[in-house]
Amino acid sequence: MDDGRVLIVGASHASAQLCASLRQEGWSGEILLVGDEPSLPYQRPPLSKTFLAGTSTLDELLIRKPEFYGKQEVTFRQARVTAITRSARTVELADGGALTYDHLVLCLGARPRRLSLPGSDLAGVHYLRDAADIGGIRDGLTPSSHVVIIGAGYIGLETAACLRDLGATVSVLEAADRVLQRVTAPEVSAFYDRVHREAGVDLRLGVGVAAIEGDDHVEGVRLADGDLIAADMVIVGIGVVPNVELADEAGVAVDDGIVIDGHGRTNDPHIFAAGDCATFLDRRYGRQIRLESVPNAVEHAKTVAATICGKDKEIAALPWFWSDQFDLKLQIAGLNTGFDEIVLRGDPAAGRGFACFYFNGGQLIAADCVNRPQEFAFAKRALTQGLSPNRDLLADPDTVLLSLLTAAPVTAG
Amino acid sequence: MNPLTHEEITMRPVTFIEHDGTAHEVAILEGESLMEMALGSAVPGIDGDCGGEAACGTCHIIVDSKWISTVGTRSEQEGQMLEMSPECESSSRLTCQVTACEALAGLTVRLPEFQM
Repeated sequence: MDDGRVLIVGASHASAQLCASLRQEGWSGEILLVGDEPSLPYQRPPLSKTFLAGTSTLDELLIRKPEFYGKQEVTFRQARVTAITRSARTVELADGGALTYDHLVLCLGARPRRLSLPGSDLAGVHYLRDAADIGGIRDGLTPSSHVVIIGAGYIGLETAACLRDLGATVSVLEAADRVLQRVTAPEVSAFYDRVHREAGVDLRLGVGVAAIEGDDHVEGVRLADGDLIAADMVIVGIGVVPNVELADEAGVAVDDGIVIDGHGRTNDPHIFAAGDCATFLDRRYGRQIRLESVPNAVEHAKTVAATICGKDKEIAALPWFWSDQFDLKLQIAGLNTGFDEIVLRGDPAAGRGFACFYFNGGQLIAADCVNRPQEFAFAKRALTQGLSPNRDLLADPDTVLLSLLTAAPVTAG
Repeated sequence: MNPLTHEEITMRPVTFIEHDGTAHEVAILEGESLMEMALGSAVPGIDGDCGGEAACGTCHIIVDSKWISTVGTRSEQEGQMLEMSPECESSSRLTCQVTACEALAGLTVRLPEFQM
């Protein structure tokens, strides 16, 4: 199939997958990938883990090697896109140039939500999104650093774990009364609270931040109650904002994300979107969702590639996520929003491995699995097949999980 | 790009066979994982979502049984994930956990119909 040019804007997980999937689906036309960072698409999850720790390099994090792009005849160009002119099917570049497209795929990602407090602009205040951000953190870090992390979500906690392992003194500030409050059950929060405190992280919950203090560089963080925490570095992890402006200004429909249908199309038949920047009506969960995860970006990309090549594929893969902290590998299957019951397998109050299964009205909807790859694989399969295992058997550590997959689904009791 | 070494020219490739029978020959790159090799050649069905940490189980292959002693058997962590797949066989592996070397020249592996 050769129908002109696919122009991919944004060098990301979605765009790397698009390049592969377009060729696999039979696209023989031009593929032009434009990104505003100098690098080919690289894996972002390790940024707050091995890349921060200095145990992986950017070259090692490339999603596909440079030779792949050569072999697949993908052209990469570093440029920033400033506008889309839909009527002419062109995009304008910051350097004054313009590029035409037959199919435009927006893989614009999301950006960290900025702190807007007195002192937010001081040197020593960092965010976590790209390799350059991590470079800045690594350059500023010394063995005696005291780092204050604002936000106890996954990014904040991963960074805290990594910096503790590197020997820094770490405080984590969180406005909610528990860590991971938006994303997990209280039992899972309590587990991460315990392991971080055991590792020496100074965790402060239910606190507000009034200001970042210092003359020209961070010297401390002033809390709302007046306390001052001395610090020479502040890392902000308070969520992300999808990059929708380019689409919005061009009249492409936006609603906390670029709105796509199940085939990855926006309201313009020549424009598609994929990954963190896109929002769609998820059939499994029956609501509009925007996810920030690699598997979601990959699924969107595969779907868009198929659609561009005239094939009928819908976004259908089960959402899943992972988070590495200390020696703990958390794997999450499904979305737990709206759960009314949990089933624990293993004990989060002791040790370093357990699984938390989430149910809604007797139906399994998600699972958080810490150092439990088997439970994760089980949950993924059960969720994909729409099975709801018997909750008592699931909680019993002696139950062989595979036996729960072959049993007839158990209705809510 | 570096010129190919003698070994790269003469070494027989690894063949990935899709569930529908389509074969993909991929040159061995010593020291890389089979996942990285498959990604570099855009083999359909190997996505490596997690980047090679044995965290996602989406790079499942079934090794030809006469090759499994050369390739090596799966680790416990791999097994815990793979054994939940209905397509798991005794010689199932995750490609991210298999490092390519000269001994794998001529290896054939099959892909399952569905990745996890």
